[in-house]
Amino acid sequence: MFRYLRRNTSLVVGIVLLGILVIFMVVGALMVDTSNAQPLSVPALQAPSWDYPFGTDRQGRDLLAVMVAGTPLTLRIGFIAGILGVGIGAVLAFTAAYYGGIVDTVIRSIADIGLTIPGLLVLIIIAVSLKGSLTVDQMAIVVASLAWLSPTRTIRSQVLTLRGRGYVEIARLNGMSGPEIIFGELMPNLLPYLAATLVSSVSAAILASVGLEVLGLGPVEAPDLGMTLYWVFFNAAIINGWWWWWTAPLVVIVLVFLGLFFLTVGLDEIANPRLRRAV
Amino acid sequence: MSAQVLRVEKLDVAYDHPRGAVHAVDQVSFSLRPGERFGLAGESGSGKSTMALAILRMIKPPGRIQGGEVWLEDTLLSRLSDEAIRRLRLAGIAMVPQGSMNSLNPVVRIRQQIADALADHGEKLSRGQTVARVRELLAQVGLPPQVAEMYPHELSGGMKQRACIAIAICLRPKVIIADEPTSALDVVVQRQVMETLGRVQAQLGAAVILVGHDMGLMAQFVDRLGIMYAGRLVEVSPIREIITNPRHPYTRMLIESLPSLEHKGGLRGIPGLAPLLRELPSGCAFHPRCPMAMQRCLVEKPEVRAMGPDATAACHLA
Amino acid sequence: MTALLELRRASKSFPGGVLGRERKMALEPFSFAVDPARPGIIAVVGESGSGKTTLARLLLGLIEPTEGQVLYKGRNLHTLSGAERRAFRHDVQAIFQDPYEVYNPFYRVDHVLTTPVRKFRLASSRAEGRRLIEEALRAVGLRPEEILGRYPHQLSGGQRQRIMVARALLLRPKLIVADEPVSMVDASLRATILGSLRKLHEELRISILYITHDLATAYQIADTILVFYRASVAEAGDVELVVKHPRHPYTQLLVGAIPKVSTVRDWSAEEPLDRSFAPGGCRFADRCPAMMPRCLEAPPPLFQTETRRAASCFLLDQSPVLDAEHVTAVLTSEDTPVRASVPA
Repeated sequence: MFRYLRRNTSLVVGIVLLGILVIFMVVGALMVDTSNAQPLSVPALQAPSWDYPFGTDRQGRDLLAVMVAGTPLTLRIGFIAGILGVGIGAVLAFTAAYYGGIVDTVIRSIADIGLTIPGLLVLIIIAVSLKGSLTVDQMAIVVASLAWLSPTRTIRSQVLTLRGRGYVEIARLNGMSGPEIIFGELMPNLLPYLAATLVSSVSAAILASVGLEVLGLGPVEAPDLGMTLYWVFFNAAIINGWWWWWTAPLVVIVLVFLGLFFLTVGLDEIANPRLRRAV
Repeated sequence: MSAQVLRVEKLDVAYDHPRGAVHAVDQVSFSLRPGERFGLAGESGSGKSTMALAILRMIKPPGRIQGGEVWLEDTLLSRLSDEAIRRLRLAGIAMVPQGSMNSLNPVVRIRQQIADALADHGEKLSRGQTVARVRELLAQVGLPPQVAEMYPHELSGGMKQRACIAIAICLRPKVIIADEPTSALDVVVQRQVMETLGRVQAQLGAAVILVGHDMGLMAQFVDRLGIMYAGRLVEVSPIREIITNPRHPYTRMLIESLPSLEHKGGLRGIPGLAPLLRELPSGCAFHPRCPMAMQRCLVEKPEVRAMGPDATAACHLA
Repeated sequence: MTALLELRRASKSFPGGVLGRERKMALEPFSFAVDPARPGIIAVVGESGSGKTTLARLLLGLIEPTEGQVLYKGRNLHTLSGAERRAFRHDVQAIFQDPYEVYNPFYRVDHVLTTPVRKFRLASSRAEGRRLIEEALRAVGLRPEEILGRYPHQLSGGQRQRIMVARALLLRPKLIVADEPVSMVDASLRATILGSLRKLHEELRISILYITHDLATAYQIADTILVFYRASVAEAGDVELVVKHPRHPYTQLLVGAIPKVSTVRDWSAEEPLDRSFAPGGCRFADRCPAMMPRCLEAPPPLFQTETRRAASCFLLDQSPVLDAEHVTAVLTSEDTPVRASVPA
C-alpha cells in the first residue's frame, strides 16, 4: 500500500491538499466564532491584522469566519450534487449497458443530447425560474439536475466493455438475475472507476455552483465561497483595492480544485490499469 | 567449429524474486547444424519461449541472462554491442514470435512492412529493387504478388503468418526461431504454414528452432527434438529415436498424452501440475509426477549426460 | 416424447458489410435435438467461423436465433417463465474455452461455486453446501483445501478449468455444452480434463456436447460427431465411421491435416486450388479436389450413406437423401430404433 502510494504521487498530492483543507475547517470551527460570518458582526473593510487574519468585508463579516463556515457549504453543494449525479448516472448507465436495446438507445440519446446543451445556460434558467432565494441544499439539487449526464455516458461505456466478459455469462448460467449481475459482478470491478468519476463530478458540481453564485443566482443568505465572490464583484472590491476580500476565497477555491484534480488523476491511475506505470 | 551454426552453452536466465533468483532457463546447452530442424517442446512455463528470447538477448527486466554463451558460427553474441545484436536479429537469427501474425502493423501495406524491415537493417535498395525483392519473398512463402498491396486485415490468419515468415527471411538468416507459429490457426492452415516454413528453410539452408507443445507437429516437422521441463533441457534426441524410444519418463508421458486417431482409450494425461519455478522440488524436478521415481531422484538432481552422438538426457534411469 | 433441448430450423446471421446490409450467416438453418433418455457425448468439430460456437450459444440461450426456434422441453427458450428458466439453467450447463475470463477477478474462486448452490437451493445449510462443493471438486481431481479461498490468478489454467467442470457438476445437469474446454490448457492437462468430462457422462448419465476444432480429442471422447463447415453440417454420424473412414472431402482433408506422433512422415499440405468461393453452391467447392460442375449450382443435401452417418456431398448421391430436420437420427446410438421418417 505504502509502496503503491510512493508511485502514485498524484493521489498523495490530492490527499494532502484536501487534508489541509479539512484541517483548516475542523480547527477553524473549533477556534473561530463562525457567527462573525454574518453581516455587521465586525468592523467593515479591515485589512488583514492579528485580530482579523483574513481581513473583513464591507458588510462587516470576518473573512476568516466566512472561509471556515463557507468552505464546508461549498463542499456540501459539490458532494450532494456529485453523489446524486454519479448515483443517478450509474443506475442509468448500468441499466442501459446491461439490457441494451431500446432502453439503451433512449438513455444514451437523452444523455448525448443533454451534453450538447450548454450546462450553465440550463442552470441559470432553472435557478431564475425558482422563486425567491435558494437554500444550500436546493442549490445542490439544481446543480445535480445536469450532473448525471456525463457520468451516465462514461460509466455506460465502461460497463459495455465488461458486459462481454466470460464471468457475466457464467453468472447467468449460475442463475443470477440482471440486477444481481449488475451489482454483484459488474459494480465491484468498477469501484475504482466510480470513485474517480465521483471525484471529478464533485469538482464539476463545485465549479457549476460557484459559476451560478458569482452571477448572483445562489443562496443569498449563505456565506459560501461562490456567494463571497459574488459580493466581491457586487462591491467592485478589485477596483477599490480591497485585495484581501477576494484573495481568501480564491485561494480556498484553488486549493479545492487542485486537491480534487490530483485526486481524480490518482484514482484514474488505479481505475485504468493502462495508465499504471510499469514496475 | 563451423559444423555447428548455433551453439548454446550453459545458458542461464534468472528472474529476481523476493525469495531469491528463479531460473527460468537453467544451464541449457545444445547446438544446431546448418539446415537442421530442431524442436523445443514442453508445457507452458517450462522455459521454452524464454530460451528462444534469451538466444537473441531479448530478455526484458526483471529477467536477465545470468550466464552462458551463445555462439552464432564464430560470433559470441554476448560480446556484441546492442546495435550489433539488433542488426543480427533478422540477418543472423530471425524470430517469428508467438502471435506474430497479430503484430503486423494494421495500417501499413505488406509491401511497406517488408521494405521497412530491409531498410531497418541497412539494406540499400532502389525502389525497383525493393519491389522485386518483395515480390520474390512473397513468392517464396507462396503468396500471390497482389498481397504486397494489401493491408493485414485483408489477409486470412494463414496468409498473415506467411507474411511474417517472409519478413523473417528477408535478410537470409542462418537460424530461424519460430515460437508456436501455428498455435492460433486451424489444422488445415497449420499444415500449409508449416510446409511453407519448411520449404523456405530448405531453400535458404537455414536452421530452424521450432518452439511448441504439439508433439504431433514436432514428429512431422523436426529432425531433432529437445524436451524442456522446469527450465532444463531434460532430453535431446533425433526425432525417430525420441518417438520410438524416449529416454526420459516425461518425454514418454508427453507423447502418450497426445490423443491418437488410431485407437480409442488413449487419453492419458500427466498427473499433477508443472512445478512453480520458485518452489522447485528437490532432486529431479519431475519426481513428484514421475511414475518411476526412486529414492535417488528425491535427493540427487540428475546431470545432463550424453546418450550417443546426438542425444542427451537428464534422468537417473537413462 | 419431447426432447430436453431442441433446435428447429434455427439459424443465426449477423449484420455485416457496409451499412450492415449483407448479413453474414453464422449458422444455416439447423435442426437438432438432445434426448435425455439416451445420454451421449456428441462432438461438434469445425474450424473458426464454422458455426460451432454459434450453435453452443444458441443452445445455452445466450443469443436468440435469427430464424427458427430453440425449444426447452418443447417451450420456446426465450419466452420461458422465471421458474422454467431456472429449471433450464439447472438442466443445461456450460464450460467455456477461456479459463481466465470466466472468473470475476474481484472474487475468490469460491464465488462461482457458492453462487449456484445458493441460487438453485442445492443445500439446506452452509455446511451442506460446503460439503457439496468439496465433493464436486474432488470428483474432478482437485483437492478442495488447495482451491477454496484462493483468487483466480493464484491458480493454473488447468485448475481453473477443472473448477469450471466442478461448477457444472454441482448442478447435476442433463446436458453440458463444453465449448473448446481444453484448447487453452496444456496438452498434458487436456487428457485429465477430458477424462473428468467422460467420467461425468458415464457415472451421472450427463449428455455432453463437446465443441472443438481438434478432431483427435473429439475422436477420443465422443460417441458421435458433427463436422461443420462454413455454417452448415458437412458430415455427421458415428465417430468411428466419420473419423476412420471419412466420406466428405472436407472431413478427409481435416483428418489428413492432423500431425501424428509417428516416425512415418505422411503429413503433406493441401494443394491450393485456383478457385474462388462461389455463393449458391456447395460451400466447400472452392477447396474441393473432387469438384464437379453441379457442385456450383446448388448446395448438396445430406446423403445418408449408412444407418449412422450422413454427409453433404454430391459424390454420395447414390445414397438416400436425409431430411435436414433429422440429422439427430444418425447421431442416435445403435441400440435404439431409428426414427420411422428416415429412409432406410
